[in-house]
Amino acid sequence: MSDWLFFIEVSLAGLGSGALLSLTALAFVLIYKATQVVNLAVGEILMLGGYLFFAFAAGMGLSPWVAIPLAVIGGGIVGGIVERGIIRPMLGEAAISVFMVTVGLGSVLVGLVELIWGTDPRSLPNFIATAPLFLGEAYVSRKIAVAFVVAGIVVTVFLVLFRFWRGGVALRATATDQAAAYSCGINVPGVFSLAWIIGCATAAGAGVLLGAISGISPTMGIFGLSALVVVIVGGLDSILGALVGGLALGLIQSWTGTYLGGEYTSVVTFSLLIVALMIRPYGLFGTHEIERL
Amino acid sequence: MTGDTILDVENIELVYNKSVQVLRGLSLKVPRGQVVTLLGSNGAGKSSTLKAVSRLLSLENGEVTAGRIRFDGQDTRGMEPHALVRKGLFHVMEGRRVFEDLTVEENLTAATFALSGRGVKRTSFDMVYDYFPRLYERRQSRAGYLSGGEQQMLAIGRALIAQPSLILLDEPSLGLSPLLVEEIFTIIGRINRQTGVSMLLVEQNAAVAFAIAHYGYIMENGKIQLDGPSERLMADQDVREFYLGQSDGEKSRSYREIKHYKRRKRWLS
Ligand SMILES: Nc1ncnc2c1ncn2[C@@H]1O[C@H](COP(=O)(O)OP(=O)(O)OP(=O)(O)O)[C@@H](O)[C@H]1O
Ligand SMILES: [Mg+2]
Repeated sequence: MSDWLFFIEVSLAGLGSGALLSLTALAFVLIYKATQVVNLAVGEILMLGGYLFFAFAAGMGLSPWVAIPLAVIGGGIVGGIVERGIIRPMLGEAAISVFMVTVGLGSVLVGLVELIWGTDPRSLPNFIATAPLFLGEAYVSRKIAVAFVVAGIVVTVFLVLFRFWRGGVALRATATDQAAAYSCGINVPGVFSLAWIIGCATAAGAGVLLGAISGISPTMGIFGLSALVVVIVGGLDSILGALVGGLALGLIQSWTGTYLGGEYTSVVTFSLLIVALMIRPYGLFGTHEIERL
Repeated sequence: MTGDTILDVENIELVYNKSVQVLRGLSLKVPRGQVVTLLGSNGAGKSSTLKAVSRLLSLENGEVTAGRIRFDGQDTRGMEPHALVRKGLFHVMEGRRVFEDLTVEENLTAATFALSGRGVKRTSFDMVYDYFPRLYERRQSRAGYLSGGEQQMLAIGRALIAQPSLILLDEPSLGLSPLLVEEIFTIIGRINRQTGVSMLLVEQNAAVAFAIAHYGYIMENGKIQLDGPSERLMADQDVREFYLGQSDGEKSRSYREIKHYKRRKRWLS
């Protein structure tokens, strides 16, 4: 096999996991845009999505095509409850306190999952054919290709909705000026809820796709940290940043994992984060410095 | 009484952060279909009064601790701001507050949420563009790139989209050139005459406010000091001197007159 072909295959795999990063980053962006909360529990909601699918498909024996929407809806419900029950009462508190609460929420979710399903990794029932796919001569895992296509479609749909749907206008208006949004008759608390519901549903969906590729475990929420790197670099409130940043980080992780060794991926990922934060020192909470890519 | 009074503010007191009292028993009325102006110097509490009426106050940790506000006969206590907008009370906030990242058209789209659940037909954007042709030319540009005057037009345009029965206008003249102020106030007056919408207009520029208002209130330190029909206020010696910057004849501001004004203020309060 030529080096060139191998490089292409590695890159294609990178784009596949990159698309999942974009999808997860989208969950961060939606929630941050509406409520200015960096929800660190996105990774754990993603994990929960994987386990919900596992419970519905393997546990209850439902068809995967029923289990997938149920897992996505389940993620949305959790998001809605968290927003109403925990985040909304904290309105007006310092950003850092709300952030810490989401960190705690993540640990609670991990604990719950471990209580119910144990700590062992599990694999999900197959719902994507295993026969490999060839793009020209290059081999791609079919699962990764499916994940890429689905994530790509979802992110694109969100981009379009944001621009052209009236609800997208409401979300962007709320993100720009809450009082002015109220003054236009926009149901601002409703926008908060919707953003959390859709954001967490998206994360849960990403969890199903990720679980299909590499199995599920209570620690898979780590994936959310990579997505967080994407949004910090790409812009916490930029969907386009999530899309581009996710694909870029997917490629970088795939290349370093292959050519330098798996142990280097997180070193490189977080070095990238540090460099990004050094260039944009107000990083995490200084929204205006990182608004757009 | 509710039939001809669209807004009735009775003796309200307003406190920020549970500690700073800004309004001390303020009352005013807006008759249906009329333009009423509320004048006062910096920090008198004009914007706070409007925020109390639109309930946007709740976003700033402010609270109406006494008195009553009725819009269209209904007590507004406890209502959410967006719900009040959907009942037809639109607040054009101080400083324009357009959504800078959104285009002109998207700003108008945002205001269509004011029509939710009201079963009325969506307002055509053309109505806004008829009043403000300049907005039509800039309809695809980001609102942040508009001039101050155009942003004020957009802020009023959003109110038009909402088909309100009462518009609260907070200092639409802020930061605009005299020529532009005149243009915008002419249009505000026309909107009132043509659509019949009632307005409560807060201003520091008393001259332009009186030009379109039927009735005026003058407030100091959180309560009304003087009120009356525009013509009468305009003819009032103190108002001419302190709000219109005119002094009659060769007399300049004398200590005696200032004393007289102070005495009168005390008498009125
Ligand atoms: N959110 C707030 N928290 C605390 N105090 C406030 C708040 N908003 C206004 N104030 C205070 O209330 C008083 C009245 O303010 P307000 O904005 O109502 O005045 P105004 O008459 O609109 O003045 P201007 O003509 O300068 O706009 C001021 O002393 C101001 O400092
Ligand atoms: Mg003011």
